[in-house]
Amino acid sequence: MTIPPTDVAAHTGSSTTRWLGLAVMAGVVTMFLLGFFVAPEDDLMADSVRMIFVHVPSAILTYVAFGVTAVGSLMWLWKRSVWWDIAAHAAAEIGVVFCGLTLVTGSIWGRPTWNTYWEWGDVRLVTTLILFLMMVGYLAVRSMGGDEAAVSTRAAIVGLIAAVNLPIVNRSVEWWADRTLHQQSSITDGKLEDWTLFTMVLGIVVWAMFFLWAMLHRFRVGWLERQLRVGDLDEAIAARRAEAVDAGGDA
Amino acid sequence: MFRDARIVAAKDLQIEWRSRVTFSQVVPFATLVLVLFGFALDANRPVLERATSGLFWITVMFVSTLAVQRSTSIETSDGARRALLLAGIEPAAVYAGKTAAVAVQLLLVQVVLVAGVVVLFGAEIEAWGLLISTCVVATVGIAGAGTLFGALVAGVRARETVLPILLLPVLAPVLIGATRAFDDAFGSVAVDGWSWLGLLAGFGIINLVLGSLSYGVLLEET
Amino acid sequence: MTHLGYLVAGWGISLSALAVYAIRVTARGRRLAARVPAERRRWMTSEDPS
Repeated sequence: MTIPPTDVAAHTGSSTTRWLGLAVMAGVVTMFLLGFFVAPEDDLMADSVRMIFVHVPSAILTYVAFGVTAVGSLMWLWKRSVWWDIAAHAAAEIGVVFCGLTLVTGSIWGRPTWNTYWEWGDVRLVTTLILFLMMVGYLAVRSMGGDEAAVSTRAAIVGLIAAVNLPIVNRSVEWWADRTLHQQSSITDGKLEDWTLFTMVLGIVVWAMFFLWAMLHRFRVGWLERQLRVGDLDEAIAARRAEAVDAGGDA
Repeated sequence: MFRDARIVAAKDLQIEWRSRVTFSQVVPFATLVLVLFGFALDANRPVLERATSGLFWITVMFVSTLAVQRSTSIETSDGARRALLLAGIEPAAVYAGKTAAVAVQLLLVQVVLVAGVVVLFGAEIEAWGLLISTCVVATVGIAGAGTLFGALVAGVRARETVLPILLLPVLAPVLIGATRAFDDAFGSVAVDGWSWLGLLAGFGIINLVLGSLSYGVLLEET
Repeated sequence: MTHLGYLVAGWGISLSALAVYAIRVTARGRRLAARVPAERRRWMTSEDPS
């Protein structure tokens, strides 16, 4: 058992999170400058292509986050790993934020591109909406309360059911969209200009750093919540008080 | 295992039969939903005909949440879940039995709903084989996923509101597939219904497997 | 710039959503950490407390 640090301040930050936070902020500024002043406009979409710099990173990190949740769910069910359980929950919460952003930015981008806020023919958008609803359900199960292990098990099963069913959802929406009168291709269609590609990749990196930053904080939050629920804190506090009394008595 | 599943299914169906909730409450509810759709769409015949498949399966979705709630509550009252475990019945058998019972109830409701859409919406059935196959295959998937989620939320407060939000997104492929297959069966849209049946079957199999694997864990831990 | 309104909305919502989430999670962290003794504030590789 590792000996935990005894000088941890009363917050979830650390030197790692501080550096990551600074890097994210610097990255966002760079993204903005490159995205608006260096990357060229698109032949077809004009300037609305600049939505790609926030939309695609959000989408990618959505799937990364929910991937962590899926793995964590498996690890809880298989090995009863508390670490993975906390990580799964943290990733799910952050993933829902990214997923919501994916949908919102996708919708906003769709308006000037297709003249509609929602395109049923875009398979990825529709599948992402279903995924969003599934993960909202995951968070709802987490907040239902009850025995600690039971909540973790329920959530883990919900997470795995979502992961397994997502390809089915995707396939069914694909077949369904194919037979609509208009075969709408998705928003991005392949070839990207150099600077556009670079800025988009930068966006992915920046979003990924944010994800790491948020995971560190949210994991610690999850750990603290767990401590408050089941961590036998009363004992620890009483023991510390006893020490203090002893020390005071000796001095 | 199959014998145990049959016993569980028979028990659930007997309880259903004795209380007659399916007949006295669920079927009227389903019919009521169809009527409300009629009002909502302003009794506009062409629109109703075009929308029949979708309205049918949406109604089935709502009814399935009710059926699953009831199926789960049979066990949560009186600590019957523990009793099932102690009786030495394999969890997978309990799952199979309960799924079968829910499926039977849903199919009975669907018989009434088919009559309902023929009468109220003027639907004309061109492909009976496709219609019946779709009903059976889709229902197995719905019952399988529903029973699993039912067990998952059993014994938790506010479960009536959580169950739909868990179950319905997962059932989206069933809604898509069954509606398209029914469109073919009603001859209203030129689609190949039988290929959708394959998707429905795949959904059913995958979720039945998931359910069988997870049911034991849920019964023991939650 | 064409479609500027959409760009402002899209980028604005994205950055502010992430900022709001960041603030909320760190604030939650502070509140919780204040209630937990210092030696328990970080992950411990002990067995499952539940």
